[in-house]
Amino acid sequence: MRIGIASGKGGTGKTTVATNLARVAALEGRTVAYLDCDVEEPNGQIFLRPEVAWRRPVTLPVPRVDAEACDLCGLCGEICEFSAIVPVGTKVLVFPQLCHSCGGCRLVCPQKAITESPREVATLSGGDAKGVQYLQGLLNIGEAMSPPVIRALKAVAPPAELVIVDAPPGTSCPVVEAVGGCDKVVLVTEPTPFGLHDLELAIETIGALGIPCEVVVNRAGSNMEATRELCAGRGVEIAAELPDSRSIAEAYSRGEMAVEADPDFRDRFVALLRRIEGPR
Amino acid sequence: MAEGSKIAVTSSGPSLDAPMDERFGRCPCFVIVDAGATVVDPVENPCATQGHGAGIQAAKLVAEKGVGVVLTGRCGPNASDTLEAAGVTVVTGCSGTVREALDAYNAGKATA
Repeated sequence: MRIGIASGKGGTGKTTVATNLARVAALEGRTVAYLDCDVEEPNGQIFLRPEVAWRRPVTLPVPRVDAEACDLCGLCGEICEFSAIVPVGTKVLVFPQLCHSCGGCRLVCPQKAITESPREVATLSGGDAKGVQYLQGLLNIGEAMSPPVIRALKAVAPPAELVIVDAPPGTSCPVVEAVGGCDKVVLVTEPTPFGLHDLELAIETIGALGIPCEVVVNRAGSNMEATRELCAGRGVEIAAELPDSRSIAEAYSRGEMAVEADPDFRDRFVALLRRIEGPR
Repeated sequence: MAEGSKIAVTSSGPSLDAPMDERFGRCPCFVIVDAGATVVDPVENPCATQGHGAGIQAAKLVAEKGVGVVLTGRCGPNASDTLEAAGVTVVTGCSGTVREALDAYNAGKATA
């Protein structure tokens, strides 16, 4: 089973939920893979602490123009939606960081003046984390295009009984790419106005993708009514309410996992995993 | 007048008395003047609301209008590369109204 952990709002506890679910599954002796798809800032490693065994670059094809062959017809600039290739004056400028690697410019060039060369944008890495197969992608500094990196990371995921996909925050393309192919999505929220606002957007997004979803409320305490009302109104069930806990916050600040710091949280995550997976 | 002798000022509106907009790619308007500071072409900037590559498209636009000099507050690297390739000179750090920016530029040029 493949479970996506997403949120809408950042900082609600996606990585906390994702890493703890992966760890309880591994403690039960099951094969589990954890994919950190937050490729701008993958931080599952802080908690799972993998021994990194491999690294490999992610490259994207970008156009290269042969100035000798180019007759400045301008068709490449017309087909590009992203201003990544721009005929101006007596040359054709290429802006690799804007290129979405569609290959359109190469196809339309009547002079066959455009070839593609690989450009390194990110690094994938992975290794064992006490029984969890840890994988992450990390964009190079200055790079902005995460969906192709997430796609590359998913493509190298090893087979496992349980795959946990830790999605980036938000509701845009990187999230859609990360949760694509998941059997279920868990939306992690917090009982604050911002958490509620972004949860609503996230429920809509996941609904539009046709993936079943459930909600986990992190740092739950007072002010739960609005979140419960929203979920009831949208027909989305709350799978768990994880209580606001000083001792868990302290463990977190030391990079420790909730399920290892507190037996009560371990029970909660075991129950949450059972519930998400359903009868096996 | 010869192509390239026109000046484009990044502006919040279409007149000489409009306050400048300090951004190049996403300014609402380019006020284009000839050597005598007569407005020849106030151009609405269609790139102002564009998600990506606004500076590049705006640079192409002013180059196609026959502009030789751009007066603006700041200009990003992609727009700057495009303007350079098109042979357009960029003057950054300009402020005030469009007229004030032109006066300052012309005064600076006079003493240069």
